[in-house]
Amino acid sequence: MLDRIIAGAVPAVRAAPLSRRGFLKLSAGAAGGLMLGAALPVGRAAAEGAAEGLATPFVHIRPDNSVVVIVKHLDKGQGTATGLATLVAEELDADAAQVTTEFAPANTALYANTLMGVQGTGGSTAMANSWQQYREAGATARAMLVAAAAEAWGVDPAAVTVAGGRVSAGNNSATFGDLAEAAARQTVPGEVTLKSPDQWVYIGKSFPRVDVARKTEGSTGMFGMDARIEGMVHAVSLRSPRFGGTLSSLDDSAARALPGVIDVIRLPDRATVIAESTWAAIRARDALVAEWDFSAAENRGTDELRAEYAALLDREGTPFHAAEPTGREAAQVIEADYFFPYLAHAPMEPIDVTVRFDGQTANFWTGSQIQTLDQMIGAQVLGIAPEVVTINTLWGGGSFGRRAIYDSHYVAEAAMVAKAWLAAHGQARPIKLVWTREDDIRGGYYRPMHMHRVRAGLDAEGNIAFWQHRVVGQGIMLGTAFEAFAVKDGVDSSSVEGLGESSPYAIPGWTADVHHPRVGVPVLWWRSVGHTHTAYVVETMMDELAQAAGADPVEFRLRHLTDPRARAVLELAADKAGALPEGLTRGIAVHKSFGSYVAEVADVRMREDGKVKVERVTCAVDCGVPINPSNIRAQIEGGLGYGLSAILREEITLTEGEVDQSNFYDYTPMRITDMPEVEVHILPSTEAPTGIGEPGTPPIGPAVANAVRRATGQAVRELPFSRHGLA
Amino acid sequence: MITLTINGARREVSAAPDTPLLWVLRDELGLTGTKFGCGVAACGACTVHLDGAPARSCQALVGDLEGVAITTIEGADDAAARAVRAAWVELEVPQCGYCQSGQILSAAALLADTPKPTDADIDAAMDGNLCRCATYARIRKAIHRAAEIMEG
Repeated sequence: MLDRIIAGAVPAVRAAPLSRRGFLKLSAGAAGGLMLGAALPVGRAAAEGAAEGLATPFVHIRPDNSVVVIVKHLDKGQGTATGLATLVAEELDADAAQVTTEFAPANTALYANTLMGVQGTGGSTAMANSWQQYREAGATARAMLVAAAAEAWGVDPAAVTVAGGRVSAGNNSATFGDLAEAAARQTVPGEVTLKSPDQWVYIGKSFPRVDVARKTEGSTGMFGMDARIEGMVHAVSLRSPRFGGTLSSLDDSAARALPGVIDVIRLPDRATVIAESTWAAIRARDALVAEWDFSAAENRGTDELRAEYAALLDREGTPFHAAEPTGREAAQVIEADYFFPYLAHAPMEPIDVTVRFDGQTANFWTGSQIQTLDQMIGAQVLGIAPEVVTINTLWGGGSFGRRAIYDSHYVAEAAMVAKAWLAAHGQARPIKLVWTREDDIRGGYYRPMHMHRVRAGLDAEGNIAFWQHRVVGQGIMLGTAFEAFAVKDGVDSSSVEGLGESSPYAIPGWTADVHHPRVGVPVLWWRSVGHTHTAYVVETMMDELAQAAGADPVEFRLRHLTDPRARAVLELAADKAGALPEGLTRGIAVHKSFGSYVAEVADVRMREDGKVKVERVTCAVDCGVPINPSNIRAQIEGGLGYGLSAILREEITLTEGEVDQSNFYDYTPMRITDMPEVEVHILPSTEAPTGIGEPGTPPIGPAVANAVRRATGQAVRELPFSRHGLA
Repeated sequence: MITLTINGARREVSAAPDTPLLWVLRDELGLTGTKFGCGVAACGACTVHLDGAPARSCQALVGDLEGVAITTIEGADDAAARAVRAAWVELEVPQCGYCQSGQILSAAALLADTPKPTDADIDAAMDGNLCRCATYARIRKAIHRAAEIMEG
């Protein structure tokens, strides 16, 4: 069904070639639309109620001298709004203080991610796909301000200069606001010349984050959770305790009798309480008495699944990489099995969406990460056209992948509730659907559980003779409507990215295959996706081989790294880490993901109670042109913090199909006490910008595991560390 | 009706006495700066000050709070809170920002009691506040910076 929806609205989807991240990556069709977007006639504003002044799809310059950058992506903390503002401000020569941001409406023609083909944020592509587009938007607006000034002052446009938000020529001077109306009447330039790097005043230097001040004052109105729509009621749902279960009977009499309860809406696989307040809805949900039909549900627990995965490790899978055999004889062989649990994203803002449906049109308010899908799927459920569905994108209180949802399931849920509400009550009311933390932890869409097996041999000289690699895990797109697009030759790239062709290493004699067992637990990309486990396996095995070969861990890696950028981050991180303090042990890892290279050196203390304390992490990163160094550091700090949190204590387990964890007391993310000091070194680069939101995550697990193995002799191949008393 | 004192103002609320303060602030009074993160006092996103001490508003029942001075992020404006905010902006602490109301109120309470906290003091005071963006390293630095700002 979903593929039909998508195909209807985005004709390019079906025809486009697909690579990593499956259906989302549809570069061919989108680029044309975006060029059109940049050249649209002035005066056609992106948002409804066009602002006065100069309004282009990506930037509005208003008579009050404000510059509003229209952000086509979701900012869920990764700094994208600031990044896009930086690009526009740079080419516009705006003053940072006059620049604010607004999220774009859902409009695929104008706002598609050029690397996805739909309007969406993911794969650490926000800066990469906007780099040219937003700079051109800034330069276009600047040219129109210059043309307006030249016309007003009767001078040659070449004599007009712009700097720090002021337009000048000779004795004439004006603000952007002064010129905004006149600029809107100028011809849109056919092409613009962008600055050369030596002219940059913000890119690579600094640009203040556009959101931090508000986020220290309560962030009023920013998050979906805080949306307050006139007349709004509150909803929470009771869902099947097993994935795929359906509701067979419901007694809602006790719930309906509670104060503040307005209605209970029964859907095939859930019941939703509508109440005057969130608390009333939560209390009433507790009073629902439901029976479930589990005949089509996933009824296995993780122990059963693990046994099935382990059996698959003994069987040949679908090959996806085969390097030339080296012909070298192995003098020693290391064989290892690895286990990676399901992981919840657990963003601090649980899932929420507010909907208002009046029978003809609909509005959704949420931290929408794939606006195109949220709009189309919302429309499909409501039985109306996507064009009359308004997606009001709000700031995301974290995501880590959780809001980039291939089936828009919570938007669809809200739409079902809104439709049922209208049918029962005859008049529209805004409904805010909130997932509690328990709903979030138990709600699926996890990083898929994976197992790996590696058998690697070293020849008598300590060189790799072969490396046999098998992966077992659910493909994220398998079993969804997008399977036909996302899976190539039986291999879902989300399970194996970081291995083989996409590894920074050229490992001699590397062969790899994969099994994708069918499991009814919904899975999803989780910050850095497949790299969360592939980097761990490759970099811990590499370290074991280095030690077995009697080689230095950096030197051994360099033997197999031909990519100069990978070599450079590894060497820089190793160098900057400096002397190892007394009592600590050092581990290192390097990885390439989302086009960026990150090496991390972890200095670890083994405490007297046997637990790990990561004291310091030294990082080197090459993400192409570093647009905003402060934010790059923040994303590396946060990215490695997120990865460290996962390897220490995070795991989702199931018993007879039911999730065992439910809240932050049994799904236990890292707290401040476990956070290391982090030092980030950014390599200068003239390459186009690549990802920064995710690449900090993959190397931390193996870096810490390598330090622990060198300190204790224990190779941690089953995560999290808490399973071994190490955390 | 229950009479609460919130950010220095008296507010009449109609919620039942066993309603958590969190939901009264958010749903009835529209003070959404106090965030819902877990509902079980495990994340700290809903931290407020009750008579100056940090407390999880998801566990404080409004029936118990008559006569208690309740301060939320919207009203936190003493020297410590101002210093913390300034340091947070200067060091660009927030990423997604959802936990930061709670982080700031925990930090401000720490500094009000302990003007020059050590790293260990900070870890002890801030351990109840989760941040999935892992802004922890900057939080630590920013609390030290706020201590400097307060010193003048």
